[in-house]
Amino acid sequence: MYKIERKVKLAENIYLMDIYAPRVAKSAHPGQFIILRSTKEGERIPLTISDYDIERGTVQIVVQTLGVSTLKLAALEEGEAVEDFAGPLGRPSEFIYENLDELKGKRLLFVAGGVGTAPVYPQVKWLHERGIEADVIIGAKTKDLLILTDEMRSVGNLYIATDDGSEGYHGMVTGLLKKLVQEDGKQYDTVITIGPMIMMKFVALATKELGIPTIASLNSLMVDGTGMCGACRVSVGGQTKFTCVDGPEFDAHQVDFDEAMRRSGQYRDEEQRRMEKYKDHRCRIGLDK
Amino acid sequence: MANIISRTPVREQEPAKRAANFEEVCYGFNVEEAQREASRCLHCRNPRCVGACPVGIQIPNFIAAIGEGDYAMAAQIIAEDSLLPSICGRVCPQESQCEGSCILGVKHEPVAIGKLERFVGDWQLENGSKEVPEIEKNGKKVAVVGSGPAGLACAADLAKLGYEVTVFEALHRLGGVLSYGIPEFRLPKERIVEREIEKVARLGVKFEKNIIVGRTVTIDSLMDEEGFDAVFVGSGAGLPKFMGIEGENLNGVFSANEFLTRINLMGAFAPEENDTPVRRGQKVAVVGGGNVAMDAVRSAKRLGADAYIVYRRSEAELPARVEEVHHAKEEGIQFAMLTNPVAVVGDEKGWVKALRCVRMELGEPDASGRRSPVEVPGSEFEIECDTVIMALGTSPNPLIASTTEGLERNRRGCLVATEEGATTRKGVFAGGDAVTGAATVILAMGAGRKAAKAIHDYLK
Repeated sequence: MYKIERKVKLAENIYLMDIYAPRVAKSAHPGQFIILRSTKEGERIPLTISDYDIERGTVQIVVQTLGVSTLKLAALEEGEAVEDFAGPLGRPSEFIYENLDELKGKRLLFVAGGVGTAPVYPQVKWLHERGIEADVIIGAKTKDLLILTDEMRSVGNLYIATDDGSEGYHGMVTGLLKKLVQEDGKQYDTVITIGPMIMMKFVALATKELGIPTIASLNSLMVDGTGMCGACRVSVGGQTKFTCVDGPEFDAHQVDFDEAMRRSGQYRDEEQRRMEKYKDHRCRIGLDK
Repeated sequence: MANIISRTPVREQEPAKRAANFEEVCYGFNVEEAQREASRCLHCRNPRCVGACPVGIQIPNFIAAIGEGDYAMAAQIIAEDSLLPSICGRVCPQESQCEGSCILGVKHEPVAIGKLERFVGDWQLENGSKEVPEIEKNGKKVAVVGSGPAGLACAADLAKLGYEVTVFEALHRLGGVLSYGIPEFRLPKERIVEREIEKVARLGVKFEKNIIVGRTVTIDSLMDEEGFDAVFVGSGAGLPKFMGIEGENLNGVFSANEFLTRINLMGAFAPEENDTPVRRGQKVAVVGGGNVAMDAVRSAKRLGADAYIVYRRSEAELPARVEEVHHAKEEGIQFAMLTNPVAVVGDEKGWVKALRCVRMELGEPDASGRRSPVEVPGSEFEIECDTVIMALGTSPNPLIASTTEGLERNRRGCLVATEEGATTRKGVFAGGDAVTGAATVILAMGAGRKAAKAIHDYLK
């Protein structure tokens, strides 16, 4: 069992948790993910690491409640524990292996959407700790769904985009990205994007047009997360790759996002059935009280 | 040989009934049946069965002990050579090993050695001593990577020799392929696998789950920082193969590993109890002819599908255990033989709607001695289906080798190791599927035991 040391509600349906897993914390790098199970009956849920603290032995994750499994996880409180917690999994971000002097000369832009903001944070923080200030775009539907903005401001140059214009740029992250490059004269050597598949697809299309190399961190379906099952396979440059061991970060211009989105929806019907049942069950529990 | 009596039939769940549940197919022998079957053994002076057993179990001796009703003695005789009789009795390919060489089989049917081994193993789990043996520790630490048959066997032998052994398992459940791969209806998890593992734990072996060696820790960190004097790598062959044909990434195409892991490890066959979903197809085509293919096709049937095996050679070449093929047929699995897929065909939404195949005929024998299949020109046709499961074999996971300096792999991705299990890296030993590529439980167990001996020689 792995104790939840801290739990914070970041926005509606979005929670941050620090989980005690010292071996994972010690080995974690930016870009990697973990797999957890809330209970003995639970699914193995892959979540990208959003921070880690070697001294406290904790690994931070951010979860958005989308289905039964994430609802069950979010229902756990500080002091309670998750059944299983394994990682770090996947390859770390490429840039951590780059020559630091060369990296310092690079102009990097991170484009984060929704809950994808969380895994962008450790990357920007890692760079900040080495004297590299990256630009960051965080996008959300509306102001209330923006997360980790203060944290991000403390480690990078933050730009905000909301679909409804309630904060920052009025529009999509792709609109803001184009504005920064085409109107404000910003130049970038690499864009790194993490967020919903559909957003990453359009970021990739935009940066391809702008001629900026781009990396996307995919959140494919997974079971084991160690290369055993192939549920996470994705076409990159016409070749099949496993997100869990070959990724999760890939050249965004080579990723077949349409296939990736289609594959992500394979269990949608089943998940909806479970969701109905879960809600029904919770209502009944409510009635007993 | 006037006393030849026929082979004792084993009781099984009715085919029609079991094709709709995940409970064990075979009930095994009761005492009377075991006695009767034991009486068939001729106790050959030069028993060929022993030579044909990959770990050399003294088969006539344990059968004699059954005959005398001394099941504890029978268990003890098996235990000298095998750690997992309840498991091997269920999953070994006996027809090509012990039973295949039984002299009775020349003119009659061989002694049901597998079923007798299972009887002894199950008797031991039920009635054997649960006492914790006194073992004097020798102060040395060994790490075992993987809790499958190779790792369990190696850990048990080392613990008996006084080593402090920790087994590291990547998944949340112990057992490796015994847990995630082989289905409940062939190898019950709680009743058999978990209890066989408890036997190992009683020897003082420690188990740590959720540790991915190569990620959470490395071989180097285990040896340099955690003070392990030697490491045994029994990480298996877990990487699924795909055919590389068009349409393989369509929705509804799965590796057998994924399909079986969802069912076995995650319990998706019981949706009322477990949260992990699994695809329940209407018409499922499983590509391949090995045990994993049989496990996948029979699981698909149990989830309610019309289930097919699609195999490019003929029935005689099926690598699966004869019993599994027989059970599959009884359960209504259909076999499309001499049939090779060339593409998966999808509908407008990207879901599988058919498997495009060509007919094959058998040509000259290939390197494996099996007649190689050759495509019949112009024979293309489609098998309508909504799910395709690829059961084409597996290869070792490169994670450990790629994160350990000096640990060599061969062209097939297997770790290079001597017969005794020594790898190219000092203090690191390996065995089982990680070295041989996908093979059998008993070979992995045998390799684990050999490596334990080699580790002892290295450390003492």
